[in-house]
Amino acid sequence: MSMTEARLASGGLIDRSKPLSFRFDGKAFTGFAGDTLASALLANGVVLTGRSFKYHRPRGIVGFGIEDPGSIVQLAGEDGSVGLPATAIPLREGLDAHSVNCWPSPAHDIFAFSQVFASLLPAGFYYKTFMWPGWHAFEPLIRRAAGLARVPAHAAPNQASEIRHGHCDVLVVGAGPAGLMAAWAAAEAGARVVLVDADRLPGGSLNHGDVSVGGVTAAAWARDLAARLDAMGNVTRLAGATVWAHREHGLVVITERDPPLPELRQRTWQMRARRIVIAAGAIERMLVFEDNDRPGVMLASAARSYLHRHAVRPGRRALVFTNNASAYATARDLAAAGIEVAAIVDSREQPDAASLAVAAGIEVLAGHVVTHAHGSRRLRGVTVAPRQGRGARRIACDLLCLSGGWTPSVHLFSQARGRLRYDEGTAAMVPDTGPATTFCAGSALGLFDLQAVLASGAEAGRRAARECGHAGGEVAVPQAGPAPAYAVEPLWCVDACAASTRAFVDLQNDVTAADIILAVREGYGAVEHVKRYTTAGMGVDQGKTGNMNVIGILAGRVGTTPAAIGTTTYRSPYEPIEFGAIAGPREGTALLPYRHTPVTPWHVRHGAVMYEAGARWRRPGYYPLPGESLDRAVERESRAVREAVGVYDGSPLGKIEIWGRDALALIEMAYTNGFASLRAGGGRYGIMMTDDGLIADDGVTFRLGDNHYMMSTSTANAEAVYRRLEEFLQCERPDWDVTLTPVTSQWCNATICGPAARELLADLDPDIDICNAAFPFMSLRDATVAGLPARIARVSFTGELSFEINVARRHGLALWERVMEAGSRHRIVPVGSEANHVLRVEKGFLSLAHEADGTADPYDLGMGWIVSKTKQEFIGKRAMEIRRSTGHRRRELVGLLPHDPDHLLPEAAPLTPGGRMERTEGLVTACVRSVAQRRVVALGLLLNGRARIGETAHVRVKDEVIAVTVTSPCFYDPDGLRLRS
Amino acid sequence: MLILSCPFCGERDESEFVCAGPARAPRMTLAAATDDAWVDYLTAPPNPKGVVRERWWHSHGCGEWLIVERDTLTHAIHATRGARHEHD
Repeated sequence: MSMTEARLASGGLIDRSKPLSFRFDGKAFTGFAGDTLASALLANGVVLTGRSFKYHRPRGIVGFGIEDPGSIVQLAGEDGSVGLPATAIPLREGLDAHSVNCWPSPAHDIFAFSQVFASLLPAGFYYKTFMWPGWHAFEPLIRRAAGLARVPAHAAPNQASEIRHGHCDVLVVGAGPAGLMAAWAAAEAGARVVLVDADRLPGGSLNHGDVSVGGVTAAAWARDLAARLDAMGNVTRLAGATVWAHREHGLVVITERDPPLPELRQRTWQMRARRIVIAAGAIERMLVFEDNDRPGVMLASAARSYLHRHAVRPGRRALVFTNNASAYATARDLAAAGIEVAAIVDSREQPDAASLAVAAGIEVLAGHVVTHAHGSRRLRGVTVAPRQGRGARRIACDLLCLSGGWTPSVHLFSQARGRLRYDEGTAAMVPDTGPATTFCAGSALGLFDLQAVLASGAEAGRRAARECGHAGGEVAVPQAGPAPAYAVEPLWCVDACAASTRAFVDLQNDVTAADIILAVREGYGAVEHVKRYTTAGMGVDQGKTGNMNVIGILAGRVGTTPAAIGTTTYRSPYEPIEFGAIAGPREGTALLPYRHTPVTPWHVRHGAVMYEAGARWRRPGYYPLPGESLDRAVERESRAVREAVGVYDGSPLGKIEIWGRDALALIEMAYTNGFASLRAGGGRYGIMMTDDGLIADDGVTFRLGDNHYMMSTSTANAEAVYRRLEEFLQCERPDWDVTLTPVTSQWCNATICGPAARELLADLDPDIDICNAAFPFMSLRDATVAGLPARIARVSFTGELSFEINVARRHGLALWERVMEAGSRHRIVPVGSEANHVLRVEKGFLSLAHEADGTADPYDLGMGWIVSKTKQEFIGKRAMEIRRSTGHRRRELVGLLPHDPDHLLPEAAPLTPGGRMERTEGLVTACVRSVAQRRVVALGLLLNGRARIGETAHVRVKDEVIAVTVTSPCFYDPDGLRLRS
Repeated sequence: MLILSCPFCGERDESEFVCAGPARAPRMTLAAATDDAWVDYLTAPPNPKGVVRERWWHSHGCGEWLIVERDTLTHAIHATRGARHEHD
């Protein structure tokens, strides 16, 4: 069929003055502005659009919008990950689409053989198969054969997506007859209204038929009313946008595809609506019989829509198969467009008179059903038989229009936990009780008479506005032209096809009536179980055209009613949404910016390789000289600290200032050890635990004055410690007088460490006495250093004599430069976190997340001395006591020396008994090349470790067992003479 | 996403807050607590289907800790007040 044949000479809501060229599976085609990819393909006579997910059966276009189960396409370029059906993709110039699930083409698909083995792929195939020992042998093949659209090779630029936040009084979902009326009524009342519709063209179903509203064509009425709404200042209309989630407290999530900004591909709104009117319409159902998936089988409403909206003839000789009144209009309109209508096959024994009048002149086979569709890559005919008795015959046709009745679009109602009830009259699940903030209107409510739909929309809009405090909104409901009443008799599956393995209930996931029956036979009677076992309704279309048939077949099989079966849970998103649409520009450092000390530019200029130090702080990892390796640089930096002097940027270390009458009480509660004896200017190292009695953090706290302290925390835990302390104060001890101020980024420091540190500090002209007696280890002095007001702390994380010189952030870079300048005489070396790691491991100092990995208490780390025996209470005390009273053996901190002194142990490698493949008895927490020991040294947690010092243990890694000697966890200056020097 | 009404800041989006789980009974002093009572206090937080009292921290706002009464079934928020005034 050529393009001119399938496209009607006139009519349709397309712009024939704007031809658009596009490609599908590599072939060039032309369509018009106003087309979707689907309508343009149909206009070009393309019927076969892809292969199915599991059996690789040929598939064509079934629906008209997002409900289409069969025509998912892959788009080339940036928007390749969309995963939408061709029916939901507006045509644009240069669109390049490919069919999915087939290679090399839908007509010649090498996986099509799987149809032959359909009986080997029954319901629950994946569950059954993947339970075999060795199922993974099949996995690569299954993965290659399955899957929908591919992930695009390149990420879209993050400017392509935008996130907006919005608020409104009344959000109206759907701009069909009910939605337009609701928006109009609410807007007239004065409410702030947002009206959202997936279609760029307002009117919904009004564009797809030839009814009249208010004395004009329905399409014109819709266009006029939309224009009127657009002119109102309190209405925002989002066209080409989908509300895909309805969450608690009035949050709805909307994605606009192709918003009116050229550089923007999509925009997502997080909209808070005080009231929500759901006027999302209804979706036509498939009918279930053998080979009901052949290309050329289409929903009756879709065929009619293509005809009216796009002026496309979807076939040349049509047959209509229905169980309700609505499809008669399709038959009439197809005939009027010059398409031969072979017959209307109506499963009802006595179709209503109004329907018969609509299709006057067309043969109606009442009480008949289609039992079989013929053809392979394109429909060639059907077998029609009476429901009772004999008389099957074959009728030739290339278009089969199905209508299994209408299902209200209750997705958004149900997402917000609205309850549904089964309505016998319309054979559908309709909204029952729901959240007080939500109103349903129109056919989403189960109304199918246009006059009633218009009235219900107006009423819902008026009530929604009134509940937002906007009275009024009395709008005149226009008169709708006459249309036959909707009447339906359920037909969930053609009786003769109930056991067929080719009668599809879910076209997207290739689920058949036989699969449902098999699931029931295997013991799955609940709809949620059947869904998971058969995957019916689990595709990206969420079974919009088939779920009701699943419920009906299931009800019949287990001998109950659809009302008793109920529905599965409706979940967002309503349609496939890209990750980019949800995340918008929030990725990488736009989502979590790095934090920098004022010295970062200096570090970078001096060749530092920057690491993340925790809590998003950037710190130098090491400063390689030109051509220098990581290992050499780290050794050089470490040696400088041990032998001369090094300086590191310790600014990110967490700092919390603590004030108030009960400051000491809080510190005593937070740490395991006592702080009561601390004098002003003195500091003490402490460990804090969780209530579970496990180490949460460590650090040094200085007493600055009466009721005034400065607590330091590990870099990564600064926020968590602050939170824990605030929580304790506000929730548990609101009567305590304590104020906490996190001051981490108010300070910047240069920590000078090494035997020459004091000489260097002296060269910086401090205005205080810095000799060891006047300024001992674990004390703090305010001073002027290098002309800058400073606070110097004598703490050490390296095991060497150290001075942590803190200045205000604005002086940070100046201090650093003066330290480097004065230090040149002492051969000062800037030191990164790699060398710091070497130095602290040599010293056996614990590091959060290494040794204190969330399972250790102070005793485990050999630090029982830090647990106060006299304090009545501190956080974690009781839990630790209860746990230790059991006497169970614990993993304890030890040193590990590989027998081969050059053999590095991978950090986190397991220790197992004898190196055998058995349950682990510990792990390597850190391993470095020690400059002091001139060999590899490591720390580890080992079961009962302290009692095993001197023994040999074994690290087990892939293909290797490494023997290590268990030692005390300190490899350098165990008496701490150097750091106190 | 919830909307929580902070006594200081007014109605704010959930993304400004950190949920710290169900509010426990007032913390016992260790001297008064048996081991069993302490284990219960630590490990058996209330987890009802219905209204639960929760601790929320307005971390990206005023820093106040709040006690929020939230219905776990409907997400309805029945009350929000500052934790330090909980026992006033």
